[in-house]
Amino acid sequence: MGIDTIAVRPPAAPAAGAGPAVTAEGLVRTFDGAAAVHGLDLEVAAGEIYGFLGPNGAGKSTTVRVLCTLLAPTAGRATVAGHDVASEPGLVRLRIGAALQDAALDPRQTGAELLRLQGRLYGLSHGEIDRRLAELRRLVDIGDAFERRIGTYSGGMRRRLDLAAALVHDPDVLFLDEPTTGLDPVGRARVWEEVRALNEELGTTIFLTTQYLEEADALAHRVGIINAGRLVAEGTPAELKRSVGTDVIVARVDGDTGAARAAVAGVAGVTGVDARGAELVVSAADGAAAVGPVAVALDGCGVPVRDITLRTPTLDDVFLELTGTHITEDER
Amino acid sequence: MTATTLTVPRAAVEPRRAGLARDVVAIAGRALRALPREPEAIIPPVFIAVFFFVVNIATLQRLTEHSIEGFDYKAFMMATGVLLGVTGVSRAPSLVLDVQNGYLDRLLLTPVSRLAILLGHMLADVAVAAALTIPVLAVGSVLGVRFAAGPLGIVAFMVLASLWSLAFAGFAYAIALKTGNPAAVNTSFLLFFPFLFLTSSYVPRSQLGGWLHAVAAWNPCTYLLEGLRSVTMRGWDWGSLAGALAAIAGVGAVSMALCFAALRGRLRQA
Repeated sequence: MGIDTIAVRPPAAPAAGAGPAVTAEGLVRTFDGAAAVHGLDLEVAAGEIYGFLGPNGAGKSTTVRVLCTLLAPTAGRATVAGHDVASEPGLVRLRIGAALQDAALDPRQTGAELLRLQGRLYGLSHGEIDRRLAELRRLVDIGDAFERRIGTYSGGMRRRLDLAAALVHDPDVLFLDEPTTGLDPVGRARVWEEVRALNEELGTTIFLTTQYLEEADALAHRVGIINAGRLVAEGTPAELKRSVGTDVIVARVDGDTGAARAAVAGVAGVTGVDARGAELVVSAADGAAAVGPVAVALDGCGVPVRDITLRTPTLDDVFLELTGTHITEDER
Repeated sequence: MTATTLTVPRAAVEPRRAGLARDVVAIAGRALRALPREPEAIIPPVFIAVFFFVVNIATLQRLTEHSIEGFDYKAFMMATGVLLGVTGVSRAPSLVLDVQNGYLDRLLLTPVSRLAILLGHMLADVAVAAALTIPVLAVGSVLGVRFAAGPLGIVAFMVLASLWSLAFAGFAYAIALKTGNPAAVNTSFLLFFPFLFLTSSYVPRSQLGGWLHAVAAWNPCTYLLEGLRSVTMRGWDWGSLAGALAAIAGVGAVSMALCFAALRGRLRQA
């Protein structure tokens, strides 16, 4: 299965009828008076993969750390698996697993030792730990390295072991904080498969933060877009893209984008023009009808055009529409 | 690329709180398992203890035994050698690494008792300190040192040394939890010098002159050394042993108060 195939496969629907796995009401977390999370409201259904999308510094990791009980909320309320994160953190910890942004592993232990200790701290018996290790060994799929010290692992192996550590106790809700950051495309595809398998086969609710648009698009049943600590939009990827309401024509030009922008802005059917470096991003209600006149207008203003493409909106277009900025440079 | 087909069977496991005792043992077990992989944590204290024990005997035995009738300098120095080895031995640097590489967060995500994270490391420290006394006791035995209090005196000696090691380690844990900085943890070693040198480490307190004699009277290590030496040189001297325990309790009360305050502070940051 190729990566592209993974990307276009639609996520399965969450289980119907179950109560919310995660809720937040007016959640605030400040650091030295500065709000990293500012009045966040959200609800994630049991069995859902919820994509929490936003640029670096948007408040994604802070939100996850509050929901995982690693940070106390400054104000507001949050529940996970039906328990309040502030007043019942111990009960929350029993129901959740988390793989944080940087794989939180002890390089001096072996993979097997680390998972065994995890099992003991969750009160599992030796028999239960042995059984879980046998199962997770398959998920981790790192062969004999399981008995080697974690310090010798590659980045991908560490990520997979971190995921296994989060799963030892069979959590109801799994938090994955940017699980594929730093991984190569093969490693990323592998994590996507694991996330899908966990959700589809075990029914695990997954709260996934990411700054990769295609990741949220491919995996999440619903996506929440966070910017500057606030949830600015929420819905299925299709709903969010539909909310932009237009097709997108992207023209890569050489020369004066200002002149090109002015020329295209007057074309019939064009609803917006944005210059991003050497790219002219043109919004049009009917892209197929507008692409010809846009090309003619560009030709007419004397700006050389390298290529011109027509596409449907992406989550980055949604983010741009909502915030006026892009999520990441490399997502352009 | 061919993706692996993943089938993750749902295991019938029910996570639950393991309980403080089981948590402490689990954390201590991890700390002790790491030791054979970190010889740098064990070899220097053993070397320091044995080196000073042997070299100080060679340097001062004749002088002291000529000056004080019936004085056994080898038995006297064994307590100093052990304290030089076990003072400052702790898993605090390992705890700092846990803070730095995020593993402490992995632990805090579990239902483990927060107290157990600290107590587990300390339990491991006590075991390590007890083990560290063995080479010095062995060298002492080879040199002809005998315990006036008999075999149980050896046990008392090891217990006192280990408890002292733990009391002193509290300072290192306090700095580790407060700063999360390995260089800062090493500064706890600065306390080593006044504790172990402004006292009767090398000659009996009666032989200390002027200001040092006065300072030694206020140094808890003076009473600790007297307690340790009592079981090697005099037998069961309950007054000396009580003084040693009181000294350990006093230092431990301060260091543990700092260390548990630092733990609360780190958890409150969260």
